[in-house]
Amino acid sequence: MGAIIVILALVMLIKLFMIQMVDTRYKISAQNNSQRHVTEYPARGLIYDRHGTLMVYNQAAYDLMLIPREMKAFDTLELANVVGISVDEMKDGIQKAKRYSRYKPSVLVKQLNTETYAILQEKLYKYPGFFVQTRTLRKYPSPIAANVLGYVGEVDDKWLENNAYYQQGDYAGISGLEKVYEEMLRGKKGVSIYLVNVHNTIQGSFMNGQYDTAAIAGRNLTTTLDLELQAYGERLMQNKIGSIVAIEPETGEILALVSSPTYDPNLLVGRVRGQNYRSLQADLNKPLYNRALMAQYPPGSTFKLITGLVGLQEGVLNPGITYACSGPNSLPIKCSHFHDTPIGLIHSIEESCNPYFWKVFQSVMDNQAYPRIQESFTAWRKHVMSFGLNQKFQTDLFSESRGNIPDIDYFNRYYGEKGWRALTVRSLSIGQGEILLTPLQLANQAATIANRGYFRPPHLVKQIEGLDSLEFQKEIHETTIHPEHFEPIIEGMRLVYAGDHGTARWYRNDSIPMAGKTGTAENPHGDDHSIFIAFAPIENPRIAISVVVENSGFGSTWAVPIATLMMEKYLKGAISRTWVETRMLEGNLMPKPESAEAVE
Amino acid sequence: MRRRVNYLQEMDWLTVLLYLLMVGFGLVNIYSSAYNSELPSLFETSQRYGKQILWIGAALVFAIVIFLIDSRFYSFIAYPFYLLMMIVLVFIIFFGIEVNAAKSWIEIGSFRIQPAEFGKLAVGLALAKYLSSISLNTYTPATFVRIGAIVFIPMLLVLMQNDTGSALVYFSFIMVLYREGLSANFLWIGLASVFLFVMSFMVPIFFLALGIVLAAYLYMLITPKLIKTKWVVGLVVIGAFFLAYYGQSYLNLKFTAYFWLVILSIGGALVLLGYGWWYRVKRFVQGSLVLIFSLLFVSSVDFVFNEVLEAHQQNRILVLLGKKSDPQGVEWNVIQSKIAIGSGGLSGKGFLNGTQTKFDFVPEQSTDFIFCTVGEEWGYLGTSAVIVLFVIFLLRLIYLAERQRSNFNRIYGWGITSVFFFHFAVNISMTIGLAPVIGIPLPFFSYGGSSLWAFTIMLFIFLRLDSTRKEFLQ
Repeated sequence: MGAIIVILALVMLIKLFMIQMVDTRYKISAQNNSQRHVTEYPARGLIYDRHGTLMVYNQAAYDLMLIPREMKAFDTLELANVVGISVDEMKDGIQKAKRYSRYKPSVLVKQLNTETYAILQEKLYKYPGFFVQTRTLRKYPSPIAANVLGYVGEVDDKWLENNAYYQQGDYAGISGLEKVYEEMLRGKKGVSIYLVNVHNTIQGSFMNGQYDTAAIAGRNLTTTLDLELQAYGERLMQNKIGSIVAIEPETGEILALVSSPTYDPNLLVGRVRGQNYRSLQADLNKPLYNRALMAQYPPGSTFKLITGLVGLQEGVLNPGITYACSGPNSLPIKCSHFHDTPIGLIHSIEESCNPYFWKVFQSVMDNQAYPRIQESFTAWRKHVMSFGLNQKFQTDLFSESRGNIPDIDYFNRYYGEKGWRALTVRSLSIGQGEILLTPLQLANQAATIANRGYFRPPHLVKQIEGLDSLEFQKEIHETTIHPEHFEPIIEGMRLVYAGDHGTARWYRNDSIPMAGKTGTAENPHGDDHSIFIAFAPIENPRIAISVVVENSGFGSTWAVPIATLMMEKYLKGAISRTWVETRMLEGNLMPKPESAEAVE
Repeated sequence: MRRRVNYLQEMDWLTVLLYLLMVGFGLVNIYSSAYNSELPSLFETSQRYGKQILWIGAALVFAIVIFLIDSRFYSFIAYPFYLLMMIVLVFIIFFGIEVNAAKSWIEIGSFRIQPAEFGKLAVGLALAKYLSSISLNTYTPATFVRIGAIVFIPMLLVLMQNDTGSALVYFSFIMVLYREGLSANFLWIGLASVFLFVMSFMVPIFFLALGIVLAAYLYMLITPKLIKTKWVVGLVVIGAFFLAYYGQSYLNLKFTAYFWLVILSIGGALVLLGYGWWYRVKRFVQGSLVLIFSLLFVSSVDFVFNEVLEAHQQNRILVLLGKKSDPQGVEWNVIQSKIAIGSGGLSGKGFLNGTQTKFDFVPEQSTDFIFCTVGEEWGYLGTSAVIVLFVIFLLRLIYLAERQRSNFNRIYGWGITSVFFFHFAVNISMTIGLAPVIGIPLPFFSYGGSSLWAFTIMLFIFLRLDSTRKEFLQ
């Protein structure tokens, strides 16, 4: 045992002799030199629209960094003048850096421009402990899609605690696509190790760069958005509150996702970000709130389509069945339209007859095939949910709302197990009451009908550079409704445009066969919200859309023309009836014209 | 009164001096590695050096208390203390606090204690108690099971806390068994396993197996007996190998050459084992057993490495063997550690003048990697001094252990010496790149209350036992 100890000690002494006395590679501190680790930040991935047009790119910015331990006495005034801050600000900054760490670099001045950087670089030798870190800032060639793209910001303490990859002063996606695809977009930081002498001058790379790692650039994203359509949608929605969601039915790719009011994404970049963010946050019209994904509305008459489909699937309805309607005198739900009576399924869609769908709903609830309403309601709910309602799509959308489809527990609790029947929950038949959908879910409903019974989960990214297709791009969700039942419903939706009494007949476009359904969401706080869902062309549909315009009354007044213009723009590339376009662009439905001022 | 004066006289003051030197020099280096120029006072309890002073003060109090207690007490509490520690270790698996992914701490008020450190003391006492109670030369399978239980139960518990480093320390108790008459064969088997393990990463596995087969066969050839049999077996194996490897395609089989080599060699070895057993040829039995177990071991290394070890453990082994370069990851610690030590040169950069052992480069610089600060600031002179100190200390402990008249005292002395040796060997080897990174502290040097207290208590209980050695007459 004694021998083993002595032998091991000799081995250690020899090894130490080699490391400390013989091997010169470790002699970096002959003149008290030290290593400096310079992080090489990769360029963040660029973002393109579906046709390859650039939406987001980078520009260089330079941060002045400080390692307090290496700092020596220096001319504070000169340095402060060069970087354009006051001496007091500089002193505060240095104190803050010391408090954070004496050994790790802190950001002293953020985002210097190129000219300042050039001047500073000449003088940097006078300031040991200071160095410049190159970073990239986002830049947006067209100021659109702010809520979809999200923004990039400096990581906070909480983020640092949970993510070992980041250091103080680093940037990360905070919302939108920037946040969802953060790991893809950011790439991987590299490190270069240099030897630095006491004069803060780099003497060369450490051990010939053997331990350096190269930065790996972020991956570029191709979104599903159509830049032109998105920009057009934002223009149509200016001075209105609401949203537009357009989906390619076959793929689930989101072509446009407009939330209005919106903001210029360039406002949330660089030094002015904090100030602009606060004023956007203070804006009463909530430009930072992504209505297209998060706002929830009662779908109104657009939900009649689902009521009809469930009736057909449950076998209590066929296209030939007619019901009488007494117009405004109907009970228990009155009708807001005057039309022929009795009326069939197709024309009741065309003219949005409330009593008809109440009767359909009643026959679903009172179906003899189920012993109690609880069972028939559960069957109804299962059909409804298969349209992707009351759930998130969980693809790559940042902060979706779930919407709401009430369940039997809710009514059992509210009315007691025996206390409710079809009549009690009648408003569900016409999309009022407890039902809530997001604009995204409305557009997906249109896409599902366009597909005759299935949908692909809506998503925003078409392709990530260097990666295969994403999991959610392969998903297919089948509804519980048989494809053949969609034909009469679609015929009704066609007549909404093409019929003599159709609720969208004023905006009929003879060159494109369109199908749609108007809706009005009751709003207890003010004017009703105008809703419209549609798709086109009817055969082989290429676009499905939902438009919600808040406080604008009937569906036909604002939502229909906007949706129609969007579809025409996407399918034809140009607008034939410019008078409609002009009226939409000039329409101002904002509750208060005032809004907080932004700083450029 | 007379008795206490006697004990102080009988105490081994040389060891106490070595202890104080190590703890003192350790404190100097902790001060330097955690130095905060804004709070330079040594007694600044918000800083690590201030806290270490508190730990040292408490440790000295423990040492004095240990000397005030009757020496028979330690043998008496060996089992109860062991039991208590096991309960605590089980408790921690469920309620411990996680630090650096190891769930091995308990919190009492604002104190954090790592009970695994005290587990070694418990095993040292219990093992000494048990081994001293049985006859030395009559190991039966039952005694082996009991010894194994004493050592490996706490080891498993510590392993379950995800603290691999501290768990490995328990292996050091095997050295005690060796001293107490365990056959040296076990030691050879251990060394051979390590050799084969390393070789299995260096050499293609087929050639390694071939080497084992040839070596074992040559060993068996040396005996003059049963010449015919072994040639026949050898030729049959070779013939069968070629036949099987090249002929398997007719049976639609697709096994590798390595597979056939292993299967057929083991088959041949079993035949030779039978012959050796029957005709009492020791060499045949040994050779064929070595052959069989080596081949099985080599074949299982791959499996164990890939399926049992975790990714970071695999990385550490691959980097140490030079099979993988990962300068920013695992290798980083070792590189930085070597740079820090290497930059010290002969006499070092001087107290507080180190540049590498500050917050940014060497990880765990005041705990597991404290030796780097010694190397950087005190140079080769400092590192040699520390190693020499440890050598004197360990040799002195062996000397003390050997002069005991009671079995309990001697075995306990060997137990703690083994633990100290293991920590010393693994910790310093890791910082200079001789062993994989296994996070265990350098006794008396590393920052930390639990380890300092545990090491101090272990040492002073031994010194207390040693001071009464003359009471035992054999």
